[in-house]
Amino acid sequence: MANNNIAKVLKKNAMLIVLVLVYIFFTAMTGGKMFEAMNFNALITQNAYVFVLATGMLMCMLTGGNIDLSCGSFVCFLGAIGGILMGVKELHPGAAIVVMLLIGLVYGCILGFLIAYVNIPPWIATLAGYLAFRGWGTALLSSNSTTGSISLAAKKDYLAIFSGKVFSTPANQINILCMVVGILACVAVIAISFMSRANKVKKGYEAESMSTLLIKCVLSSAAILLFAYKLAKAGGIPTVLIWVTIIVLIYHFITSSTTVGRYFYTIGGNAEATRLSGVDTRKIMFIAYLNMAMLTAITTFIVTSRFQAANSQAGTYYEMDAIAACVVGGVSAYGGSGNIFGMVIGATLIGVINLGMSLMGVDANWQKVVKGVVLLAAVVFDILAEKKTGKA
Amino acid sequence: MAKELLRMDHITKTFPGVKALDDVNLSVEEGEIHALVGENGAGKSTLMNVLSGIYPYGTYEGDIVYNGEVCKFQTIKDSERKGIVIIHQELALVPQMSIGENMFLGNERGKKNAINWNETYGEADKYLKMVGLSESSRVLIKDIGTGKQQLVEIAKALAKHAKLLILDEPTSSLNETDSRALLDLMLEFKKQGMTMIIITHKLNEVVYVADKITVIRDGSTVETLDCHTSEINEDRIIRGMVGREITNRFPKREKVELGDINMEVKDWTVHHPLYTERKVVDGVNLYVRAGEVVGIYGLMGAGRTELAMSIFGKSYGSGITGTLKIHGKEVDLKDPRAAIDAKLAYVTEDRKGNGLVLSNSIKVNNSLANMKGVSERGIIDKDKEYQVAVEYQDKLNTKTPSVEQHVGNLSGGNQQKVLLAKWMFTDPDILILDEPTRGIDVGAKYEIYCIINDLVRSGKSVVMISSELPEVLGMSDRIYIMNEGKFVGELDAAEASQELIMASILQSGRGE
Repeated sequence: MANNNIAKVLKKNAMLIVLVLVYIFFTAMTGGKMFEAMNFNALITQNAYVFVLATGMLMCMLTGGNIDLSCGSFVCFLGAIGGILMGVKELHPGAAIVVMLLIGLVYGCILGFLIAYVNIPPWIATLAGYLAFRGWGTALLSSNSTTGSISLAAKKDYLAIFSGKVFSTPANQINILCMVVGILACVAVIAISFMSRANKVKKGYEAESMSTLLIKCVLSSAAILLFAYKLAKAGGIPTVLIWVTIIVLIYHFITSSTTVGRYFYTIGGNAEATRLSGVDTRKIMFIAYLNMAMLTAITTFIVTSRFQAANSQAGTYYEMDAIAACVVGGVSAYGGSGNIFGMVIGATLIGVINLGMSLMGVDANWQKVVKGVVLLAAVVFDILAEKKTGKA
Repeated sequence: MAKELLRMDHITKTFPGVKALDDVNLSVEEGEIHALVGENGAGKSTLMNVLSGIYPYGTYEGDIVYNGEVCKFQTIKDSERKGIVIIHQELALVPQMSIGENMFLGNERGKKNAINWNETYGEADKYLKMVGLSESSRVLIKDIGTGKQQLVEIAKALAKHAKLLILDEPTSSLNETDSRALLDLMLEFKKQGMTMIIITHKLNEVVYVADKITVIRDGSTVETLDCHTSEINEDRIIRGMVGREITNRFPKREKVELGDINMEVKDWTVHHPLYTERKVVDGVNLYVRAGEVVGIYGLMGAGRTELAMSIFGKSYGSGITGTLKIHGKEVDLKDPRAAIDAKLAYVTEDRKGNGLVLSNSIKVNNSLANMKGVSERGIIDKDKEYQVAVEYQDKLNTKTPSVEQHVGNLSGGNQQKVLLAKWMFTDPDILILDEPTRGIDVGAKYEIYCIINDLVRSGKSVVMISSELPEVLGMSDRIYIMNEGKFVGELDAAEASQELIMASILQSGRGE
């Protein structure tokens, strides 16, 4: 029985354990470089796009394994628009942001309409976008600059919103704000865990044992504090972390506690049953792709800010990273199951692998090979685990 | 005594945590039709999977003795080589391919990698004739009906030179005429010396074709009845299956005072969604009062489901005309949501296909059609949702360890209860139940009937669609008879009989 329990815990947290092991592996292989404060910071700033896009991708995949291939190219296209508006036309960043969001809205509506109401298979509709936006974005950039890239380095206001740090301090000093936020986050996690358990016990539901809860709290607090400490040493909280956290929390709430979120799951499980239950399934499909386009627009802000430029290479393979993050994070490729926290772990794992391999100096081509193998392994593991616990 | 063709000796099969088969014995003589009966989950299908090698030798205990030798099948191919062919309940045919291609799928005619199409279709036609099909083997599977598809499966089995044919619920998706034709075909094969095992829930079929009946209950053999030495009737078989006498297959309903007309449908005509010229439902008139169970009897393909779904928010068909009144007021229900809001519920016949989300919990399924009932401003009240699910679990006596259990893990009867609970939670006044007891065992059927009685007692109206005559006769206050899209008769329960109903169907057929 005890053995069985351990196996259960291991299985439930398999990806988390893999993540820790992979992290330790890279720390060892890079002579501790991976564990340096600067690289904790890099993990977030370099991979913020994966978290945001994967959130949108998760919503699409829930509806039945549907994906959006166009988001990477759309990042490039929308970045080009932003670059022209701000860098060439000298438009105010606020106005440029509004225009870019509107373009995202329009694209989302068109895509959602085609997929939900015209019944075009999502991968075909978005494959068109994948091709068209890459070309269109590149064309716009090359007709507006000689290098195929428009610098945004001078747009300090714009950059401050999506990149940089909150109350930045020099490296190797401890950023007080960051530590305070870290401690507050710990307190919040512990308080929420205990309150939810107390609530469950009070109402007589099945609740985890006190010792499990304590172990969980200690481990997650340790992780948060370590993270906060490292970030504090690297100059403070990256602005983009705030964006990612807000988005993750909002979508966690939507998927777990709202009726709309519930419908994403049931449509993926059985679309016809959901339709006959009085749910407008086409509207949900429309929302999924509209939402994806809006999150892609936010990704564009993050990416152009980090590179301080709009360039034609931006967004290459982003869609694949987002899909991989979801799949590694346990989101079903057939739809109907998966959650935000799993996806976050999947995205982090992809980020750790990206960063670790760059630090090790692995050739970019081989990095792709490794990512492909990891993706396949995750799916194989998922299906085998399902088989073992399933009713055979 | 005839030669024993197959003996399964002391078969025990364990899955992690459960003993699916416990010391089962089965003996089949050459040239007989042997029926295997038992409630859902009794272990019939598991036993046949052991026999056909789906569960390979070594994963079970006991011996399979076939034609005098002990067999150690590793795969289905091994058992097929010996002439043991199983036809599964779910048809395994590729709709976009022709009959001939399907018949020799995995068993292609010709040399090595080149398929000899002439031989394929020639052979296929030969076997099709044997099962009484006049279709060409070049016709696509999707263009023939389910009844004929079932026959193709049999022809496919014959093409494998079957000596022992196992049919798992062969008539579960067939209408009465097609079922009868299939059973007669089995009797025909028997004359030619074929040995068959049939698994079925329909006891009248068992009585009709079987020479011997083996009853399985909870993974063990209870008894084997010989139909030739003793008088076997359905009640006798049921006693073996459930281990007790079921005195009444339909629970008595106290006389309920019938109320106002809750729903009335006039001149309802529905066209096929693709072939918009074709009328699927043609000028149907029907009404149902509060506290009344109205049965709609008709064979499969008569347009019953299409009628129900077209009423339920036009979820089927095109060019729908006619008037629909609910509580005396004419309404136009544009989609399922509007229908639900008008206090209408449609409990589908196809609970796996469009009724339940199998990958979600009982709780989630329970509230799916009425999320408003467990949420406020779009935010789910999880406590309330849990309580609602538990409440219905108790009310309908759904057997499950917890309402967090995935619906896919439940038995057919319990799934049906979850489906009913889902619709009862929308608080409807009129429930359309489409084949509410299909594929579920005798015990669960009785419970479903009790639920129907409770519903009408509380003043609801029930429209029950069924292709099982005894059920329609046993449960309805009034019966409509449907054939080829039209209502061809209406009978009061008091005057209705099996003969009268069949007669009105036959007469309507001749009238055309």
